[in-house]
Amino acid sequence: MTASDAVSTPWRRASLAGALFALDPIGSGLLLRSGPGPARDALMSRIVTDLAPMRLFRAPADIADDRLIGGLDVAATLRAGRPIAETGVLAAADGGVLAVAMAERISTGVAARLAAALDTGEIALQRDGLSAVLPARIGVVALDEGRDDEAAPAALAERLAFWVDLDGVGWRDIEPPILSEEDFAAARIRAPRVEVGQQASATLVAIAVELGVASPRAVLFALRAARGLAALRGVTRVEDEDVELAAALALGPRATRMPAEPQEEEEEPPPEDEADDTETAEEDNTPRELEERVLEAARAALPPGLLAALAAGVQRNRSGASDGKSGEENYSLRRGRPLDARPGELSKGRLALVATLRAAAPWRRLREGAAAQGAAIQAGPRRIIVKPEDFRITRHRQKRGATTIFVVDASGSLAMNRLAEVKGAIELLLADCYARRDHVALIAFRGRTGELVLPPTRATARARRALSGLPGGGGTPIAAGLDAALGVADQSRRKGQTPLIVMMTDGRANIGRDGEPGRPRAMEDALDAARRIRAANVAALAIDTAQIGASGRDDAPVRALAEAMTARYIKLPRADAAGINAAVRGALQR
Amino acid sequence: MVNPFPFSAIVGQDDMRLAFMIAAVDPSVGGVLAFGDRGTGKSTAVRALAALLPKIRVVAGCPYNCAPENRAGLCGACTGEAKPKAEQRGAPVVDLPLGATEDRVVGALNLERALAAGEKHYEPGLLARANRGFLYIEEVNLLEDHLVDLLLDVAASGVNLVEREGLSLSHPARFVLIGSGNPEEGELRPQMLDRFGLAVEVRTPQDVPTRIEVVRRRNDYDRDPEAFHRTWAGAERKLRAQITHARERVASVETSDAALERATRLCIALGADGLRGELTLIRAARAFAALEDVPAIGDKELKRLAPMVLSHRLRRNPLDDGGSAPRVQRAIEEVFGP
Repeated sequence: MTASDAVSTPWRRASLAGALFALDPIGSGLLLRSGPGPARDALMSRIVTDLAPMRLFRAPADIADDRLIGGLDVAATLRAGRPIAETGVLAAADGGVLAVAMAERISTGVAARLAAALDTGEIALQRDGLSAVLPARIGVVALDEGRDDEAAPAALAERLAFWVDLDGVGWRDIEPPILSEEDFAAARIRAPRVEVGQQASATLVAIAVELGVASPRAVLFALRAARGLAALRGVTRVEDEDVELAAALALGPRATRMPAEPQEEEEEPPPEDEADDTETAEEDNTPRELEERVLEAARAALPPGLLAALAAGVQRNRSGASDGKSGEENYSLRRGRPLDARPGELSKGRLALVATLRAAAPWRRLREGAAAQGAAIQAGPRRIIVKPEDFRITRHRQKRGATTIFVVDASGSLAMNRLAEVKGAIELLLADCYARRDHVALIAFRGRTGELVLPPTRATARARRALSGLPGGGGTPIAAGLDAALGVADQSRRKGQTPLIVMMTDGRANIGRDGEPGRPRAMEDALDAARRIRAANVAALAIDTAQIGASGRDDAPVRALAEAMTARYIKLPRADAAGINAAVRGALQR
Repeated sequence: MVNPFPFSAIVGQDDMRLAFMIAAVDPSVGGVLAFGDRGTGKSTAVRALAALLPKIRVVAGCPYNCAPENRAGLCGACTGEAKPKAEQRGAPVVDLPLGATEDRVVGALNLERALAAGEKHYEPGLLARANRGFLYIEEVNLLEDHLVDLLLDVAASGVNLVEREGLSLSHPARFVLIGSGNPEEGELRPQMLDRFGLAVEVRTPQDVPTRIEVVRRRNDYDRDPEAFHRTWAGAERKLRAQITHARERVASVETSDAALERATRLCIALGADGLRGELTLIRAARAFAALEDVPAIGDKELKRLAPMVLSHRLRRNPLDDGGSAPRVQRAIEEVFGP
C-alpha cells in the first residue's frame, strides 16, 4: 500500500490515526468528531484492543472537580478517623487513556484541567484540606458529537494529536485492521528507538506554515506520528513517506487555509488573518520536492468545509471565540446549570445540604471538644455540629447577556444607496454591544443566499472588520437572510443566551427561498420567514433603510415584515445612534 | 518535574523572557501576565524560571519562608524567636491549580489533627508557601471569581488574614503573581488585569527558521531531558549569575529627574490612570538597567518597557482593531521623538 492509499479514505485516515494514538498515547490524544454509529464503535473498540494492556477510562463532559481532580472522601475519612482522599478520574487514569463523551460540551474549565494533565503528566490536588501532586500520565480521546459550530474547546483540541472526522462513514466503509496484534506489540517496543532526521522537522514546519497551523505542538505531534509510522512499518528510521503521512494525519486536519497550488504559488491571496507571507519560498534548505509531496498528502486530509468556509470569507472557528465560555458565564444563584457548591452566606443562596454536612463532618470531634468545654451545647454522640462557615450554597451557571444578530441587506438595491450608511449605523450599535459585553453575529444576504459572515463572537472589532469587507450587489433574498438569522438565534439560545435579531433592509425582496427571482413570491417567503421568527419567540428589530420620497418608495414592505415578526420598526433616516440604541435596549428588555 | 525545560533554551519570546527576568530581579514590579496564543511556551517559561531563581535565606522550618534579617515582616511563629536559625531554600514557585478550593489557598485547620486528636492547628495554604516567591496561575482567566477576589486582596496588602474555625491569624504573603492564559477563552476582569505590573502578549513566531528551532529544541528535550540539560547548563549558569548580579545592583541604579519626567509624560500622554503606571515603569526600567549592567535609567530602557508596563492599563477603545500597542508606540514617539 502506498502512502497516499493509506490515507485515501476517511476510514483509513481514522484507523491509522487511531493506531498511531494507541501506539503512543501518553500526553497525546485523539479528537474523534462523529455522531454515535458503527464506524465510531469500530474505531473505539480497535483502539481499546490496541491499547492493551493500557486501560480506557471514561468521563462525562460535565464532570465536576471532585470527580475529576479528587477530594476528601468524607465517609471513609470519618470511618478511619484520618483524612482519606478520593482519587479523581485524572489520577485514576494514570498510565491509561481517558475518553470524554460529548466533548463539544466540555467547559473551558474542564478543558484546562485536562490540558494541564496532558502537558505535565501530573495533577495538582489542592482541595478540601488535601495537598498533593499526583501522577496523571494520560492520553485523551475526545468524542466530539458537535454539529455546525459546536466543537470541543480549542485548548483541549490543540493538545490532541489527531483530529478525525467520521461523519458520513458507515459500516460498509469499515476495513479490517492491517496489522496483527503481534506486529502492533512489536511496533510499540520499536517506537522509542526510531530515529528522525533534522530535515523532517524543517519540512513539517514549512507545511504547517503553508496550512496556516500556528502552534508548534502540531508539528511536534506530526514528528511523533512520523516515528510511530516508521515503527508500524517495522523500521527504525523515519523515511519521507512517514513524513508525508504524518503531515496528512497531524497537520492536514488543522489547516486554517488552503495551501497554494504548486504552480500558482504567487497568486495565493494572503489571508487577512495571517500576517505572515509564505516564507517557505525563501527557505532553500528545504528540498521543494519532498515538501510538495508532503503537502500533497496533507491536502487529502484537509478539514471538510475548509474551502467553502474560506470562500465565504469565514474563518473556521475551531479556535474561534464561540467556544470561549468562561468569560460570559454568569453565576446565578437560582437558575441555570448547577455548579459545585461553594461557601457562602445563606442570605445569598439556597443551602446545599449535603455539601454543608460534608464540610461540617470532619470537624465533629474538634467541635465536640470545644462545645463540651464551653458547655454551651449538649453535644450528643453522632451529632454533627454545623457552624456558619460550613454553609455551602448552590450556584448555577447561567450564560449572561445577549447575542445580537445583525441581518444586513447587502443587495444591489441597497448597495447603490445606503450600504455605507447601514454600516455606519451598525458600527454605532457595535460599540454599544461591546459595552454590554454582548455577542454579535453578522449575516449578510445578497445574490441568492444569506450567509453567516461572522458567527457569534464577543470580538466586536472582528465584527467591524467583517462589516467593512462586506461586498454589495445582487438580488435581495430576505427570506434566506431571516432563515439564517433564526438558525443562529436557535443556536445561541441553546447556549443559554438571549438572541436579538436586528434586520436592516429596504424590504424589496426579489429572490425567494428556492433562489429563484420573482417579487411576489420572494415577499411571501420573507413574510413566512418573519413569522417563523415570531413563532420561535425571538426578539427582533426592523430597521428600514428605504429612502423616503425617492422614486415613490414606501415603508410598507419593511413594516409588513416587522409586523410579521412583531418587531419594532425604525426608519433609518430618523434613527440616529441614540435612537437605535434605545430601541435595541428596549427590545432586549422585552 | 525534575528537569524543566531550560529558560535559556526558549526560542524568541523576548518580551516574555525579559518580563520574567525583571520580576526575578525586583519582585516589587508587581507580577507578570503572559497572555496569548496556545503553544507559545508560557507555562514552560514559568517552570523554567523556577530553576533560575537564586536561593533565599529563611528562618529554619518556617512555613512562610520568613527572612531572618527582616524582623518586622516575621510571622507569628518567628517573632517569638530571639535569634532564629537560618537556612537556604530554593525560592518558591507555587502553582495555584484551577479547581483549588479556598481552604487550600488561604490555609485552614489541619484536617488530620482535627480528626484524630480534636486539635485546632492551622495548616498553611498555598499563599503561605508562595511568600517571598512566585505564585503561578495557569489559565488565570478561568480562575473562579471568589478566588480572584481573595488573591486581589492579599496581593494588594501582602498579608493573608485567616478567619475561620475560630482561628484568627495573619501571616505575610508577599508574592509575585504570574498569570498565563489565552484571551480567546475568556477575558480577565479589569481589576485583575490592573494588578499585574507587566503584561506581555505572546504570539506564535511567524518566521520559518525560528519555528523550526522551536520544534527541534522541544523535540530534543522531550527525547532526552537530561542530555538537553547538560547542553544548556552553561547558559543557565550565566543567566542565573546575571540575575543575582542585577539584584545586588538594582538599588544603586540611578534614576535621573529627566527619566522620571519622561516616564510621567508618557503616562499622561496615554491617559494611564493613577500613579501605578509611572511607578512600575521606573521600577521595571531600574531592574532592566541592572540586568544590562548600565548605571542609570536611559531612554532605551523606558522605550523598551513602556509597552509591557502600560498597554494593559489603558482604557480600551472597543472598536480599535490594533489594540493598545500602537497607541503606546505613538505616545513613545511623541515623548521621545521618532
